[in-house]
Amino acid sequence: MFGKLTLEAIPYHEPIIMGAVAMMVLGGAALFAGITYFRLWGPLWSKWLTSVDHKNIGIMYIILALVMLLRGFADAVMMRTQQAMASTGAAGPLPPEHFDQIFTAHGVIMIFFMAMPFMVGLMNIVVPLQIGARDVAFPYLNNLSFWLTAAGALLINISLAVGEFARTGWLAYPPLSELQYSPGVGVDYYLWALQISGVGTLLAGVNMITTILKMRAPGMTLMRMPIFTWTTLCSNMLIVAAFPILTATLAMLSLDRYLGMHFFTNDGGGNAMMYVNLIWAWGHPEVYILVLPAFGIFSEVISTFSSKKLFGYTSMVYATVCITVLSFIVWLHHFFTMGAGANVNAFFGISTMIISIPTGAKIFNWLFTMYRGRVQFTVPVLWTLGFMVTFVIGGMTGVLMAVPAADFVLHNSLFLIAHFHNVIIGGVLFGYLAGFTYWFPKAFGFKLNETLGKVSFWCWLVGFYLAFMPLYALGLMGMTRRMNHVDNVIWHNYLLVAALGAAVIACGIGAFVLQILVSVLNRKALRDLTGDPWNGRTLEWATSSPPAFYNFAVDPVVTSRDAFWEQKQTTGAGLQPLPAYGKIHMPHNTGTGVILGGFIAVLGFALIWHIWWLAVAAFAAAVAVGIGHTFNENRDYYVPSETVAETEGKYFKQLTSQV
Amino acid sequence: MSNAHSVAAADAALLHAVEAHDEHHHDDGSKTTLGFWIYLMSDCILFAAVFAAFAVLRGQTAGGPDAKELFSLPYVAGETAFLLVSSFTYGMAMIAAEKQKQSATLRWLGVTLLLGLGFMFMELHEFAELIGEDAGPDRSAFLSSFFTLVGTHGLHVLSGMVWMVTLIAHVLRRGLTHANIVRLTCLSLFWHFLDIVWIGVFTIVYLSGVAA
Repeated sequence: MFGKLTLEAIPYHEPIIMGAVAMMVLGGAALFAGITYFRLWGPLWSKWLTSVDHKNIGIMYIILALVMLLRGFADAVMMRTQQAMASTGAAGPLPPEHFDQIFTAHGVIMIFFMAMPFMVGLMNIVVPLQIGARDVAFPYLNNLSFWLTAAGALLINISLAVGEFARTGWLAYPPLSELQYSPGVGVDYYLWALQISGVGTLLAGVNMITTILKMRAPGMTLMRMPIFTWTTLCSNMLIVAAFPILTATLAMLSLDRYLGMHFFTNDGGGNAMMYVNLIWAWGHPEVYILVLPAFGIFSEVISTFSSKKLFGYTSMVYATVCITVLSFIVWLHHFFTMGAGANVNAFFGISTMIISIPTGAKIFNWLFTMYRGRVQFTVPVLWTLGFMVTFVIGGMTGVLMAVPAADFVLHNSLFLIAHFHNVIIGGVLFGYLAGFTYWFPKAFGFKLNETLGKVSFWCWLVGFYLAFMPLYALGLMGMTRRMNHVDNVIWHNYLLVAALGAAVIACGIGAFVLQILVSVLNRKALRDLTGDPWNGRTLEWATSSPPAFYNFAVDPVVTSRDAFWEQKQTTGAGLQPLPAYGKIHMPHNTGTGVILGGFIAVLGFALIWHIWWLAVAAFAAAVAVGIGHTFNENRDYYVPSETVAETEGKYFKQLTSQV
Repeated sequence: MSNAHSVAAADAALLHAVEAHDEHHHDDGSKTTLGFWIYLMSDCILFAAVFAAFAVLRGQTAGGPDAKELFSLPYVAGETAFLLVSSFTYGMAMIAAEKQKQSATLRWLGVTLLLGLGFMFMELHEFAELIGEDAGPDRSAFLSSFFTLVGTHGLHVLSGMVWMVTLIAHVLRRGLTHANIVRLTCLSLFWHFLDIVWIGVFTIVYLSGVAA
């Protein structure tokens, strides 16, 4: 009846896990009770969960990302604690099978359920506004994409309480991830969570490309697009080109596990290295999927707060496109040790080094943008400066490892761990946090507390260096990744410093959470009525904050780059009230996305636990709901011109009352 | 006086422009079609990955049967004929749809559906025979990749057929509206795309498998 699922699946005897589960259940219950008590279910459903408004969907993505950041970071703290405590021969608090799940979950969560939703969330909020559009190309699909991502995240979190998670590392290499060596449900949780959220990401990619290519404001040619829009376009092209490989690869591993096939098994002619090749043919572009939008954010931030146009716009675009293309021909550098031969390794080593050229060009563009600018050291600028220093270091260790001979020594050592955290934290995370702070007033209408933002930045920066510089040294000393316990006094001291670094980062995250709380409480004082708190340059600042649900009452007309800045220069002000407005065509909200996401989460759960009847039922229900939705003719409506005039009137009144 | 008049004229022109642009916001189908093309390209890469896996594993028979022993070209030619002709009939359905001939459109869609069913039946029959001969997907890496590649294509054809039934219902319900034509166009792209993929399957899996 319940497949492999029995009550034994709940790990009662693991106090750490049960503590975490208790926290999750209590938090969930408190949230549920709060929503019920304040009678918020109705508004939550009609304004948020079923929303097709790109801004609301973006906010939901970022909330998901921040929640998962806390979960992923808790895993990181446990790993640093374990290694610090278990490096002089002691066993440490975490048994190996639990430790292995934690490092796997940490990687999977941080990449797929923290970084990806954070990125898609920022794009969702910003890109339609930047290109002067009223929504994305396919608003309903956008909602569905979010719920598929959320369904994947849900499965990962369920794995904590019911069953186990994979013990294979974040890319689940076979043969370890095959049924023979991982007979439990951990790898199945991994497979279905990623498969479901991966489809969501792919759909989001299709949506975003179509939006950018088809819905730009009149006059916004490709070379007039803001750089964040450019990087979003390239990043989503990578999504569309790379995620199908992930889907196919995970499907093949699933077929091995569910139907006894032999893609990657040791016997039957399978080829485990094919998995490694395929997964990195997705995995390396994925790195650029994450970091390109961060580059876009830095470009926007540095140009806005230097009050200068971006230096070398054209070269920035070409550098982005070069990175997009090159990212597909470097994947083998993740496993030079496969033994593909000197020529193959040389090719991939050189292509990897070449990628640092366009990246370096970008760094110089940012530096020259600041040069002779009037740089304001706001929180987003601090993140950008922190990024420039940190990312250059991470980039250089990357080039170092691109030398195959060096890589043979450093492969799978902590040097590698230090390198990729160096670029992912220093590049991706710093970028998203800069973007978060920069666009927060646009999404909510008030700024974030500046002091706590600075505290958070400095804790993150110092904590990062404390946590990861020792790992470079440890890697050079020969410590490999994913060690549960070792007995080495010299390493122990470095691991203590790294653990201290994690504690400092924890302060940074604490300050960040506090910053949001304090800012919400002080929102009256931090209120921005202009919609343009930073003296911005691009079209998203030409609207009120938060923008009306239709974004622009009238399509902006673009005649140059930095369209809003130019408008302010020529007219001396932003938007002006019009004597009359037209009606606006907008999509209706729909519950189909959230319902489909629910059925698909059930489908995933049923497949993980081999509850076949439930899988069939959930699949049939999902198909029925999906097809049923196509018969819904009542998808859009017109906002009457009076409503538009009223909304716009309120905004302009706000503007004048402030002056 | 003339000033007030020109302001009013400018307002009217502006309103007109807004209204005109507003119409533009109605999807003329080009967004949907472009989005669907992008999706198809991603699907193409999905097939590329499975093709690559087949190319790597085609020789790994683990002592089991190989392509030469298993495949019968005349049988596959029959399958291919079903699929290629179904692409033609779908094209006829699209021509009829563009001319707003509803019953002809439905008839051609019905024929396409039958041909698709014929293809699916032949494919499943082939699969059943192979499994019966102890040449199922768990026999060897070669057969795993064979069943997965051909099966992935088959699943696409199946979902195309489910989609076709749905669109027949749409056309019966609302007629050949603009929205339905856009839907038919997307399925048309999908259906022809599956044809192209099948030509790859036919060549790489069957022809070169038997010839090698």
